[in-house]
Amino acid sequence: MVTLDGNEAAAHVAYRVNEICAIYPITPSSPMAEHADEWAAKGIKNIWGDVPEVVEMQSEGGAAGAVHGALQTGALTTTFTASQGLMLMLPNMYKIAGELTTAVFHVAARSLAAQALSIFGDHSDVMATRATGFGLLASASVQEAHDMALISQTASLEARVPFVHFFDGFRTSHEVSKIHLLSDQQIRDMIDDRWVFDHRKRGLNPDRPFIRGTAQNPDVYFQARETVNPFYEKTPGIVANAMQRFGDLTGRSYHLFEYTGAPDAERVIILMGSGAHTAAQTAEFLAAKGKKVGVVQVRLYRPFSIRHLLEAIPATVRKIAVLDRTKEPGAIGEPLYQDVLAAYMEDMQDGGLTAIPRIVGGRYGLSSKEFTPAMVRGIFEELNKEQPKNHFTIGIQDDVTHTSLPYDPEFELVDPTMTQALFFGLGADGTVGANKNSIKIIGGHTDLYAQGYFVYDSKKSGAKTVSHLRFGKNPIRSPYLIRRADFIACHKYNFIDKVEMLAFAKPGATFLLNSPFGADEVWAQLPRSVQAAILEKQLKFYVIDASKVAQQARMGARINTIMQTCFFALSGVLPKDEAIGYIKKAIEKTYFKKGRSVIEQNFQAVDLALSHLYEVPVPAAVTSKRELPPIVAPEAPPFVREVTAMMMEGRGDELPVSMLPEDGTYPSGTTRWEKRNIADEIPVWDAQACIQCGNCSFVCPHSVIRAKFFHSTHLEDAPEAFASAPINARGFPETRYTLQVYLEDCTSCNLCVEACPVVHPEDPKKRAINMEEKAPILERERENIEFFENLPMNDRAKIDFSLVRGAQFLEPLFEFSGACAGCGETPYVRLLTQLFGDRLIVANATGCSSIYGGNLPTTPWTTNRHGQGPAWSNSLFEDNAEFGLGMRVTVDKHTALARNLLEGLSDLLDAKLVDRILHSSQELESEIQAQRYRVGKLKTALLKMGTSEAQQLLSVADHLVRRSVWLVGGDGWAYDIGSAGLDHALASGKNINVLVLDTEVYSNTGGQMSKATPTAATAKFAAAGKRVGKKDLAMQAISYGNVYVAQIAMGANPQQTLLAMREAEAYPGPSLILAYSHCIAHGIRMDKGLDQQDLAVKSGHWPLIRYNPTLRKVGKNPFVLDSPRPSIPLKEYAYKELRYQILSRTNPEEAERLMKLAQELVNIRWQSYEDMASWTADSFTPVA
Amino acid sequence: MNLQTNYLGLKLRSPIVVSACPLSENVDNIVQMEDMGAGAVVLFSLFEEQIKRESAYYESVLAATSNSFPEAQDYFPGLDDYRVGSDQYLEIIRQAKEQVDMPIIGSLNGITDAGWIEYAQLMEEAGADGLEVNVFYIPADLEMEGVAVEQRYLDIVRRIKANVQIPVAVKLNPYFSAMGNMARQLALAGADGLVLFNRFYQPDFNIYELKVNPSLEFSDASEIRLPLLWLSVLSGRVNASLAATTGVQSATEVAKYLLAGADVTMTASALYKYGIGYLETMHDDLRTWMRRMKFESVEAFKGLMSQRNIADPSAFERANYIRILEGV
Repeated sequence: MVTLDGNEAAAHVAYRVNEICAIYPITPSSPMAEHADEWAAKGIKNIWGDVPEVVEMQSEGGAAGAVHGALQTGALTTTFTASQGLMLMLPNMYKIAGELTTAVFHVAARSLAAQALSIFGDHSDVMATRATGFGLLASASVQEAHDMALISQTASLEARVPFVHFFDGFRTSHEVSKIHLLSDQQIRDMIDDRWVFDHRKRGLNPDRPFIRGTAQNPDVYFQARETVNPFYEKTPGIVANAMQRFGDLTGRSYHLFEYTGAPDAERVIILMGSGAHTAAQTAEFLAAKGKKVGVVQVRLYRPFSIRHLLEAIPATVRKIAVLDRTKEPGAIGEPLYQDVLAAYMEDMQDGGLTAIPRIVGGRYGLSSKEFTPAMVRGIFEELNKEQPKNHFTIGIQDDVTHTSLPYDPEFELVDPTMTQALFFGLGADGTVGANKNSIKIIGGHTDLYAQGYFVYDSKKSGAKTVSHLRFGKNPIRSPYLIRRADFIACHKYNFIDKVEMLAFAKPGATFLLNSPFGADEVWAQLPRSVQAAILEKQLKFYVIDASKVAQQARMGARINTIMQTCFFALSGVLPKDEAIGYIKKAIEKTYFKKGRSVIEQNFQAVDLALSHLYEVPVPAAVTSKRELPPIVAPEAPPFVREVTAMMMEGRGDELPVSMLPEDGTYPSGTTRWEKRNIADEIPVWDAQACIQCGNCSFVCPHSVIRAKFFHSTHLEDAPEAFASAPINARGFPETRYTLQVYLEDCTSCNLCVEACPVVHPEDPKKRAINMEEKAPILERERENIEFFENLPMNDRAKIDFSLVRGAQFLEPLFEFSGACAGCGETPYVRLLTQLFGDRLIVANATGCSSIYGGNLPTTPWTTNRHGQGPAWSNSLFEDNAEFGLGMRVTVDKHTALARNLLEGLSDLLDAKLVDRILHSSQELESEIQAQRYRVGKLKTALLKMGTSEAQQLLSVADHLVRRSVWLVGGDGWAYDIGSAGLDHALASGKNINVLVLDTEVYSNTGGQMSKATPTAATAKFAAAGKRVGKKDLAMQAISYGNVYVAQIAMGANPQQTLLAMREAEAYPGPSLILAYSHCIAHGIRMDKGLDQQDLAVKSGHWPLIRYNPTLRKVGKNPFVLDSPRPSIPLKEYAYKELRYQILSRTNPEEAERLMKLAQELVNIRWQSYEDMASWTADSFTPVA
Repeated sequence: MNLQTNYLGLKLRSPIVVSACPLSENVDNIVQMEDMGAGAVVLFSLFEEQIKRESAYYESVLAATSNSFPEAQDYFPGLDDYRVGSDQYLEIIRQAKEQVDMPIIGSLNGITDAGWIEYAQLMEEAGADGLEVNVFYIPADLEMEGVAVEQRYLDIVRRIKANVQIPVAVKLNPYFSAMGNMARQLALAGADGLVLFNRFYQPDFNIYELKVNPSLEFSDASEIRLPLLWLSVLSGRVNASLAATTGVQSATEVAKYLLAGADVTMTASALYKYGIGYLETMHDDLRTWMRRMKFESVEAFKGLMSQRNIADPSAFERANYIRILEGV
């Protein structure tokens, strides 16, 4: 047996029974594709002794097209996807099925973007494929995902009906579980090669040509569509046979509809996916107690077999609840409900049943909402009623249309042989990795079954992780979170104040805390509620100072091995000495390549962990007077206090329907209320040493460094410790300057310190901003921030936007996002809002920027004091250019409408005012402010008029102030999936501004190759190194002639960044800015991100350019090369990044070859840029 | 004409050996070195702290990016084959041993006791014919006494010798109070050979950026004087092979070092300047000189001008120095 997750389990089989995989990343299915790519790179073979070809496409639509083409030419082909990806595949799916083609698509089922995107699991996506003609086979567990992957392939080969094999995204795709692995021989035995030969024979072949894919007319299309019926009629039988043969081969028996429960059940629940295991387990428990209940797990959902369904359900059944993990607004009911209802009706009409049970439908588990045994019991209880509620929901509180069923959340299924453990860690602290390792240790060395599931919060920096681990003697069929743990470990001390983790402790459980306070002092430090929980539940309480032990063991900040050791020492899952032996074996295996000394170092960590683990003597009573701090400040707006704060607290599940906006509209600027305090060290400003250059605030990814200048009289009320300095400008002797660090929002990335050009006069190691410990100055700085906030905001009209030192005084309207510490993208986004935020509309492509920009609970796009700020929306990944273009068209339309209406009303209004509104320039900030003032006056006048014309104009009058439309997204969008749309939007000539945050890789989904990935770098899907050059998107856009194009890198030349963004916005046509964004996916120390940007430019990898069509119009060369000739070889930049180093470690010869090639590409590109910079205007495309 | 010589108990077909330098990072280069007549190759140095730093860097980058966000469990392709630390080095030894016949000598620059022993053993297992231990140590700690510095060298040699079977040479710097005695002590501690001398990375300053430039210039022929002196002094008087390094730009320096008593001479700078093919030129020139001097073999003139063999040993000593100063 092996321990692996659902994605790997499914991909393991898919890879072995296919010749081609056409792939594209999308959460949560990406790991399937990543595994396939890695296996191919390693030369692992399929069951026919061949290494499958893995091809990354530009989108899921592209992947489906490639799959279709490969299938039509006779290759066994698969793909892996989810959610929106599956939607993009729909057109091809109709074709593939219509042509009766053997194929299986493996889907980690996920919610579809509706009122919001969600990466989590439900069946919305697969349900949307029902009409395509694909078979739908559902798996409920990791083992099933493995087994059904094979059964679907076998059935598809025999039946010629393509299949979607799906399992629940995250719950199954990411659950780590101990399963029986199919041997290659077993897989081989399930597949009859004659089917494969037939499939190949049906492929296009010029030696025996035919055409497929004709256009048909009213005369035959209909009949031709009906030709496939016999194939669909046979398919359920074929799948059932495949399951039978599979059972004979492996001993694991499956049915199309699996019944569990009392043989004489009267109440039955029908559902599919992982929830079926929860329901079945609950039904077994209740049936054992004499309840007449049962559960039908649907495996084969399409083609739907009435016969097999009815055969599975006991004849005694009187009431049925059909559960759908999807929502179909406006339908009679959700799809499975309708199918079951129709099945019974048809059977009765056909003379089978004489009466049908009462059937109700319900929805559960959308977006991975928990589905627990308690809910299952609640549904069974509802079925006990004479008139059970139809179209119900379970697991939420619907106080609007009152669909939700009540249930007793305290109900639990108990397996006394099972150990359940919860671990609260900080993202990237190694907790999750160590837990995965523990599962492998226990799963691998003992007969115990093991399950791991990992929950992350929505932030990319300082995120909380919760690991749910179960170990037991019986197979674990509990696809839901742990609510009563035997063991709880808190790996991050300050979670004590933030997370009510002991609510999950069983009475008598063990609580392990990583604490800087020792066993005799920690009690006094705990808040009241924690002390009370320890006493009330009589917890065994242990502490270890893991950070100190890690330092002693020379492990740096890595506490994972230490905490893992404590878990094994305390949890009792295995005898302690035996467990420690296994940990050490695992260490040897992990580090054997790194030498004995590293192994010994880890061994020492294990030994020190054991000797520094102490039980805390627990007093008889609560002694603490400290309550948990409030989640948000009392002055927060009501929505934030009542809704946002609940989500922040981890209690979003408790929010009733009525509390949530019905159309996905949320207030701006909520991150300001979430003081995350994730940094232990923060930058501290040295007023005396500072030269007020603005570099630190310019590069700050989280907008935590703010600058203001103000008259010295304001200092009269300043807190004692409030720092300021005379402003560094002549002629303002009474003006002071302050740089305020919002320390509670800082992530400690250190970029500001790196960007500071000052060498401290007294200590050359110091700058004018330096990292210091936060705790001692926290209170002081809170006071300072409050004072700083109340200082007058600097007048935008008086700030010199053209200089970095001026830009620091512009208020950022994008703040405290959840981006990674040291993010290379967010400084550009922040700058965008500083420059144009009060009149900015943003279309944001799905990706990192839409997640740190729009993931609840709190979002960073905010407003100024007048309530103005960026209006932001995210549509999809692939359509952002079109989405943004649509916004521009509205702006143009409504602006024109407003102007027309205004002209029409000019006689009734102040003629001077109207004339100025219509004809004033709006280029400079001062001019825009003047226009705002005029439009304000106009609106007041219109309100007084009250006529219908006035109302008309009022509804669009805001457009009279010039708006700035920006399309923001990453390279995955701009270079790949949205490439065609972007191309079209740029060609439209409309005044759109495009900001591409180019990390040269799909960052959000985990570092997959895009067409922006440079030659010689490795990435997922390019494990063997990228061989093709990076697309020159700048030159593509320049070829239109009328597109303003700039390539910028803040770390190399912030002034050029500022200039390019302002020029782009000022240019009245389309603009494209490509912004080099360092990223954690580059494998760098993020505090060196700006240095890497600089090296990227110095090496010629990222030349800084501006192409301004306005210059062409006035007879000047529009192409300006802003960076000097490359001064270092490419590898001096590249080999500072793990993405390049990897290849030099895995395949040095290839690395050398590719690096040489990459250098050549740099040389050639530079040469052509340099040539262009010396051309005359008429060498470039003219501008109309 | 017989160019054979013995070094560390190994029989070499030529006294010209390629010293530790990045040219040997590539196995093709090593093959070419043999084709061009090199007697042996000392591989580029394996720096313990570099391995550790690299390992730690790799670990920290992976740790900082793994398992912290639901959409991305990690950011890099599966790295089972990612060779960190010594793997690549050992692989070069293995490949070189498969492809060439000349001895391959591993070069190790350690910092910890465990590191010295571990990597020495790994090199031996990988097939290295010998080891060159490069004790790159600048006693910048002003509390440290000379005796302690010497003891450090001796301890390292003893520990390594106790753990490997293959011969071990020590690359030395010349800055000992009693260089000759130190050489003898090292031989007594088990060193099979002494390599004279190591060149420290002597930093230079950039006076405008106020930065240290840790640059290393190529050696030139004028630098051979110091090793020449000590080779002459030590030849035949310590129980260890002697290797001369630094300043070997042509057959002239090779001849001088051999005359002083070196068993082998080592070169790298010249190969950087003129290419690996220059080894052939050096050999041709050496043979030409030998023919002219009527030396049939290297053995025939090795150490001919050492302090022991020369009629007036004081030429090497203080009187000689005074004479030079006085211009006599």
